[in-house]
Amino acid sequence: MASTACFVIVSKNDIPIYEAEVGSAPKKEDLAYHHQFILHAALDVVQDLAWTTNAMFLRSVDRFNDLVVSVYVTAGHTRFMLLHDSRSEDGIKSFFQEVHELYIKIFLNPLYLPGSRIASSHFDTKVRALARKYLYIRGIY
Amino acid sequence: MISVGKTKQYANVLDKLLSRGRQEVSLSAFAFLFSEVVQYNQTQVDNIADLERRLEDAGYAVGARVLELLCHREKGNRRETQLLGILSFIHSTVWKVLFGKVADSLEKGTEHEDEYMISEKELLVNRFISVPKDMGAFNCGAFVAGIVRGVLDNAGFPAVVTAHFVPIEGQQRPRTTILIKFAEEV
Repeated sequence: MASTACFVIVSKNDIPIYEAEVGSAPKKEDLAYHHQFILHAALDVVQDLAWTTNAMFLRSVDRFNDLVVSVYVTAGHTRFMLLHDSRSEDGIKSFFQEVHELYIKIFLNPLYLPGSRIASSHFDTKVRALARKYLYIRGIY
Repeated sequence: MISVGKTKQYANVLDKLLSRGRQEVSLSAFAFLFSEVVQYNQTQVDNIADLERRLEDAGYAVGARVLELLCHREKGNRRETQLLGILSFIHSTVWKVLFGKVADSLEKGTEHEDEYMISEKELLVNRFISVPKDMGAFNCGAFVAGIVRGVLDNAGFPAVVTAHFVPIEGQQRPRTTILIKFAEEV
């Protein structure tokens, strides 16, 4: 089943530090830019919403046609944003939590400058594996 | 991040668990390490203000990581959105994890609206340090001030944090106070 999903990690200073297309749909060049545009537009909404609640997982904060943006904010105001067309909230929440753990491990590295790009290929592999695990094998897409 | 070759169990730190590990670190190990940090920085700079700033920057990096890690471990993924909330988080949770006890007191400053103070009778980092007279008002608590600033800044509450000695009658060593002054928009 084809599904689109674009995952971006944006740091506190609004710099994207990691991005990945984790959808299983065939990749088209213009579609990738489209996704990033939507995600950037949703950043403003996230800013306001982040201060209203204690929770880390903000559900869908924005819609665009049939694509939904879901956001997860960490304590250091790093935003994990996922653009997708699915409906299963639990899978997305678990995905975010697992990626959060990976992110903390990267962040704890004293040689990692907060706000710089995450260049580790290992991290990339793990994120994609998590995406396959949590975002697809759920049935209803 | 370098992916190290075959170690016993894990190939990469990303595979390691984020568990608590052993709670206690040897005090003398930390004291040696910290004294070496101070000495190294002392050879790199010419005056006291720069030395304080370097210690503070070192603390800032620690604070940023402590914030993320503690919010994940201790508070079950809930963030702090209130000023008082983040201050009491620093005062109890952060202090407890770093120094083994909660800070002695948290007070609101009287002169200005946006000043707060955390005081401690004997700051752990200062315990084995005596400052020679010609260094004036230098305080190694700048490291701790940096940690606090790192936590506040990354949580979205920018502030200027400094460490001061406050002499108290009846006690040999002065009390150390961390003074927190928040920026305008807070």
